[in-house]
Amino acid sequence: MGDSTREAWITGIGIVSCLGEGPDAHWQALSAGHIKVDAKTFAPYLVHPLAPLELDKQIPKKGDQRQMEPWQRIGTYAAGLALADAGVKGNPELLGRTDMIVAAGGGERDVAVDGAILTNRRKAGNPGAFLNERLMSDLRPTLFLAQLSNLLAGNISIVHGVTGSSRTFMGEEAAGVDAVRIALARITSGQSELALVGGSHNGERQDLLLLYDTGGHMLRGAFKPVWEREAGMVLGSLGAFLVLEAREHAQARNAKPLARLSAVISERSSRPPGAVTGALERMWQSIGAQREPAGIAVLSGATGAQPATGEERAWLKARPELPVRATASYLGHALEPQFAMNIALATLALRHEKLFAPADSSGVERGYDGPLDRVVVTAVGHWRGEGMALIEEVKEA
Amino acid sequence: MASSHNKNGRPIVVVTGMGVITSLGAGKADNWAKLSAGQSGIHRITRFAKEGLKTTIAGTVDFVPVEPFCSTELGERMAMIAAEEALAESGIGRSGDFPGPLFLAVAPIEFEWPHREVLAEASGANDTIGYDDLLRASASGRFQALHERCLFGSVADHLAERFGTKGSPISVSTACASGASAIQLGVEAIRRGEADAALCIGTDGSINPEALIRFSLLSALSTANDPPEGAAKPFSKDRDGFVMAEGAAALVLESYAAAKARGAKILGVVAGCGEMADSFHRTRSSPDGKAIIGCIRNALADAGLEPDEIDYINPHGTGTPENDKMEYLGVSAVFGERAKSLPISSNKSMIGHTLSAAGTVESVFTLLTLEHQRLPPTINYKVPDPALPLDVVPNEARDAKVRHALSNSFGFGGQNVSLVMSREPA
Repeated sequence: MGDSTREAWITGIGIVSCLGEGPDAHWQALSAGHIKVDAKTFAPYLVHPLAPLELDKQIPKKGDQRQMEPWQRIGTYAAGLALADAGVKGNPELLGRTDMIVAAGGGERDVAVDGAILTNRRKAGNPGAFLNERLMSDLRPTLFLAQLSNLLAGNISIVHGVTGSSRTFMGEEAAGVDAVRIALARITSGQSELALVGGSHNGERQDLLLLYDTGGHMLRGAFKPVWEREAGMVLGSLGAFLVLEAREHAQARNAKPLARLSAVISERSSRPPGAVTGALERMWQSIGAQREPAGIAVLSGATGAQPATGEERAWLKARPELPVRATASYLGHALEPQFAMNIALATLALRHEKLFAPADSSGVERGYDGPLDRVVVTAVGHWRGEGMALIEEVKEA
Repeated sequence: MASSHNKNGRPIVVVTGMGVITSLGAGKADNWAKLSAGQSGIHRITRFAKEGLKTTIAGTVDFVPVEPFCSTELGERMAMIAAEEALAESGIGRSGDFPGPLFLAVAPIEFEWPHREVLAEASGANDTIGYDDLLRASASGRFQALHERCLFGSVADHLAERFGTKGSPISVSTACASGASAIQLGVEAIRRGEADAALCIGTDGSINPEALIRFSLLSALSTANDPPEGAAKPFSKDRDGFVMAEGAAALVLESYAAAKARGAKILGVVAGCGEMADSFHRTRSSPDGKAIIGCIRNALADAGLEPDEIDYINPHGTGTPENDKMEYLGVSAVFGERAKSLPISSNKSMIGHTLSAAGTVESVFTLLTLEHQRLPPTINYKVPDPALPLDVVPNEARDAKVRHALSNSFGFGGQNVSLVMSREPA
């Protein structure tokens, strides 16, 4: 039987986004209030494009790089950063016991092939035969492996040697929350000692824009921070992984805690009006963040999609004492890995004992210089999925 | 009553309801009758044009109508059918109010060609059509339903809504091991004490032109199209690939204590789960079989069993040259000399490879094997492979004493999951 009182520490983070690579680049850009958004490439849609990466640093073999599409390279790179940060990278004994949970969507389409088929198929005498012929000759055989959801995890196993276990959760924002929730529950219950959890997202894709735009969820035209938008998401490219570890396990190998992951909760509703508000309130009441003295902040995963973000905004506005940051204003919204990214940014804020700059003139966000010893991360998916995490400073024993 | 915990001190997790649908038919009874009669569900594809394809056969589930065809829609409907059967048998909870979480193994979801065609049509573009045109069509706001249908979380969400499962439903993918992973997640949740019950479903309705061509381009599929029912030849010397197939299965898992307390009929025990990832290659196992061997040993250890206590193996057994060779290597390493006489029969010889659903479908069949004390055969076993000296229960079912059985599932991306299933504790 597991001991449900076991503590889980975050002992490594690996993050890449439009703001760059690693904790320092992120903290500097966030503190300076820099917003990097590309309004041209996919106009009228916007995107927060990935900062250039030197892939060789984390994916040394060119052959591996070639086998991946961008979303997998981003994730494999970020996973490598997290493993290195935790002192696990290159240690086969630890990697062989590392339990991996990846939150993933699917890989890039070959938009040129799709376009050529759509263009010519209607002119073909036998459209079905035409489709078969074109796909048989135009699809790269390995593209499938770059599209399969579980092949980010597969690439992390191959490139970094993580082999304890490998599971991939699908399902947009909810998958990102549940990946961290299950990894944490396995550690606190004694089912696991050491976990790598996170995901990646390439937002610079027309096929993804199409998916979310059919739902009417994409912002068009001029950029605005999340809380200032009437409605609409801006996608971001980012990768975020956390190394979670049982406290005793970390102490035994002298690994330092970046923070404690105290709790992760998730809910599901079919989103009748008020459902998001109710979920936020229930999770807030049960997550255990409310206590004196103050020293708490909220990193919101608000997407910009409505009505979800509207309900979260109203819920937060009713708590004016809480300093809030919506990270999507800086990084864009990245669906599956956003929750892990926000937990990683929470550990940065705790390390600096303050929040970064606000990016909002609508009254939700305000300046805050601390104190800070705990951060609540929210995740209200653009369509489904409500989640919350509590990240706390680990006081020196 | 026997102890509610196993010898490792973990709560025992039992199965109290099962449902299954494959190309052989809908329901446990029909499937078991055909499976134990050595009947194949593989047939010629009629769903789409076959011109230009090297493989023209599959185990499609054509008796669940989906018009216009959409793989995700078919997957969802089959999952509903399998879950209805499992819940009816279990008698747990109330209709639409299942007292536990949902773990779903489901194929990755994506726009399918008919979806792109509809958007291309709506774009009004006449000459060249690209994603700019599709985006122009999407901006009309007329395709909201496509958004929901093509979200990765949509199938699980619809199932959660229909059956009233609790909490956030999890959609898991470990490629062709997904179904086993869904069961493992359920077992773990019950062992953690988060719930007394879990609904674990695997479903796959993937057979559309692009999905078939993707596997075909990786040379994974049998091209022995004539006769279709002879194509899947696991462990045979002339095996030449797997046969794609559709299906779904659902299991109601409960803690033994909770099931006994409500007087539920116990259909079997999920005694152990094991997994190990392989870091060798995207589609191939490490030549030393390390991950497969480790995975099976982890499952046995989790169940608290020695290799000698396993009476039957339901293998991954796809019928690809590579899989069957590596699975033999793993099985012979774990079971030693006994591997030659330990019965191991592949359901995929009859139902094909149900991909994301395979682990759940084959778990149901493994539990039926335990229940009936009868081993379904490996059909199409005409040319034994001298390199794989195994008792594959060739071509005809036979009775056997089975207390504990092992079910293996392996997938692209280095995924390996093994489950140990047993009869109700004495």
